[in-house]
Amino acid sequence: MLSRSNALRLHVESALAGRVSSPFRFQEPQPITASAGIAAVDQLAGGLPRGCLTEVFGELSSGMTSLLQSALAARTANAEVCALVDAQDSFDPGWAQSAGVSLHQLLWVRCRNLDQALRSVDLLLHGGGFSLVAVDLSAAPARLVRQVPLSFWFRLRRTVENTSTILLVLSRESSAKTCASLVLRMEREAARWSLQDGQYPSGDFHTPGSLLDGWTTTAEIIRSTARRKNVFVIGSAKAFDSSAAETVRFDLQSNHFLPGDSAGSNRLLPSQQDHLENERTQNFG
Amino acid sequence: MPSAVSFGAIYVPNFILQAIGRSEPELRTRPLAIIDGPPPTYQVVALNRLAQILGVMHGMTKAAVGQFAQVTIRPRCRVREEAAHSALLDVAWSITPRVEDAAPDTLLIDISGLTSLLGDQEAIARQIASRASTFGMNVHVAISANVETARIVSRALPGPTIVPEGEERRFLETLRVSMLSPSLELSEVFERWGVTTCKALASLPVLSLSECVGQEGVRLHEIASGKGMRPLLLAEPAQHFEEWFELDEAVDDLESLSFLLGRLLGQLSARLSARALSIAAIQVNFELQPAFDNAFDTSRDLLRVRPSPRTFSCSLELPVPTRDAKLLLKLLRLRLQSRPPGAPIQKIQMTAQPSLSRVTQGSLFIPTAPDPDKLELTIARIASVVGEGNVGSPKLLDSHRPDAFHMDNFSIAAVDRSASGSTTKCSTKTSAQNSSEKNLQKEPVPQIALHVFRPPVPARVRMERNNPVFASFQGCCGKVIHASGPWRTSGHWWEERPWQEDAWDLEIQFSAESSTTHGFYRFSYDRLLNKWFVRGVYD
Repeated sequence: MLSRSNALRLHVESALAGRVSSPFRFQEPQPITASAGIAAVDQLAGGLPRGCLTEVFGELSSGMTSLLQSALAARTANAEVCALVDAQDSFDPGWAQSAGVSLHQLLWVRCRNLDQALRSVDLLLHGGGFSLVAVDLSAAPARLVRQVPLSFWFRLRRTVENTSTILLVLSRESSAKTCASLVLRMEREAARWSLQDGQYPSGDFHTPGSLLDGWTTTAEIIRSTARRKNVFVIGSAKAFDSSAAETVRFDLQSNHFLPGDSAGSNRLLPSQQDHLENERTQNFG
Repeated sequence: MPSAVSFGAIYVPNFILQAIGRSEPELRTRPLAIIDGPPPTYQVVALNRLAQILGVMHGMTKAAVGQFAQVTIRPRCRVREEAAHSALLDVAWSITPRVEDAAPDTLLIDISGLTSLLGDQEAIARQIASRASTFGMNVHVAISANVETARIVSRALPGPTIVPEGEERRFLETLRVSMLSPSLELSEVFERWGVTTCKALASLPVLSLSECVGQEGVRLHEIASGKGMRPLLLAEPAQHFEEWFELDEAVDDLESLSFLLGRLLGQLSARLSARALSIAAIQVNFELQPAFDNAFDTSRDLLRVRPSPRTFSCSLELPVPTRDAKLLLKLLRLRLQSRPPGAPIQKIQMTAQPSLSRVTQGSLFIPTAPDPDKLELTIARIASVVGEGNVGSPKLLDSHRPDAFHMDNFSIAAVDRSASGSTTKCSTKTSAQNSSEKNLQKEPVPQIALHVFRPPVPARVRMERNNPVFASFQGCCGKVIHASGPWRTSGHWWEERPWQEDAWDLEIQFSAESSTTHGFYRFSYDRLLNKWFVRGVYD
């Protein structure tokens, strides 16, 4: 019986040779991805997969919220409607707008605790229609987030399956684990100040001329279902190259130097810019 | 050749009873008597067939009717009669714009020219009866080339009746003269003369009739002969949609209230649908049961002045007009769950603000968005979890004050407008402009975001030579490695709440006992309060 089936298989493979590679290997349809707003992350992970749960975790000041902000900016720039469930009411709309987020395309749910956040994301996903639903649990106590059962994340994943919604979860530790199709870990490297150590004439670490320019962040793929499957799609084999990089570094820039309208942004006022210029001139000639 | 002019009459038999039965359909299958009059001399003014069979009669007192255990007694409700009459007008206006409001239970309509739209006269009559039944009313419909004939035949004969042109007199001849609604004096005269039917009246000589009883007699003679023609006095289509419900016993639980609200919403939705309108907003006013503690207050002032009933209002504004009664009921339930009335409810008044229905056309190039009806329900459910005002779209205020924004209602209509505007702008660019822009555009560097603390966290900062060197907040403390500041801002000095702040960006290395090791924070020093706060952390 087995030898007959093997012979049949060989016969079909030889008949289709050159036209279809591995006709008996099951190929799951690849999820459509959308840009995360950061080119390096798009290159690393192929973008944020639609209809899947993506988890990003890392320590404080690792760049998670910046990634979230960039993703919201990219989606809203594409005229898509997004939702943000903010577990501890920590979203800053002024900074988000200066980063390019269209606020009127963003539904912001301001929660006071983890329970409200989880119930809200459940309602949003069941309502449907959003291009990106982001859940920011990075400010929630890690011990409470750890207590969320895996079945909850699995249920969320099942809810967004076969939809075009990107479910993005941010937390201090990885919670969704195997329920997530893509898991990224963010880590901050050295910060960049406009005036580094040794440049201060008085030997102080501080001078009014010093500004936080930004820092470099490393994003590492911890888990990716798209990379795990060793499948080949004609014409895009490079996307599934097992030797592809697992980490990427990219810069995050402070918005001090970006032009924008004055309403609500935290950029320097013209008087502050003049003061900064004068200080630099006086200190360094 | 048949006349092009054709009139219809819609008559609601036993209107008082049907007004009650419209909002309580379960009473139609039970013996029902309606009483009215000054207390305590209530008398039966309307009753259904089942009550008649049991022996209840018009004019019976309430006490007498009370002897019949199976008979349900209801007081006459004029507000429900008004609502039923408005619903009847909506039925008529859904057929034709030419409607005369002849009586609370009778409408006259001009159906000339409707054959191409609704079919022949019989089809029109059936359509009217069918639409009225969806509003909870059984009506008699009569169609004739003569408006008065149609009116009288509708009152006399049940069901749809078509009076062929030229046979109006034949249809009327067997009907009693009282159907013509003569005055009391004229009725007595006709009775003395032995004129009891329209046939008898029509056979009287007009000249002699005029000399004996005047112009009213002549008018009734014309009507009885099937010749009384007059133009319709057209009624203005009303834009007021209101339904009432008065309860015998106050209701204090949400389930029972939802059942009643659902019924009222269904009626309003049906009325607006008949007029090709949708609901843009709903206003519900509840009359609450008076407080019990006033019952024994015998002060002279209270006895002299009747206390006004307590009311509770609940309103619902919809971003997109809808006719979905179930959706509206769910939204109302969520609203009442978050803000209950606080006392049992005796009367419900529901008013709908009409609006034209939203017409949308899908676009190939604009991404799909949430369905407006589902979105409204989702937002209402989320609001019941996180609180009103904590879900919506942020809108920045024109101010330099940190964290200056307010929450706006999230609206798909606003998203649609901006999306269509952006695609329009894109499409108007020339190819040369596009290519030159692409050359100039560099890959943007992603921005750092600020994770805000609301409210700002109080902090303690140790300064040395005007520089922060050590900071502690929320049980953490650490050394300041890098600092940028102070960046002074102030504003609203012309208002009651001015502000003056010094902003600092601090890189802090926390001590070993802290849960975090390192972080970049936005601190602010409030120069009016002389206190330090942590506004947020860069992430």
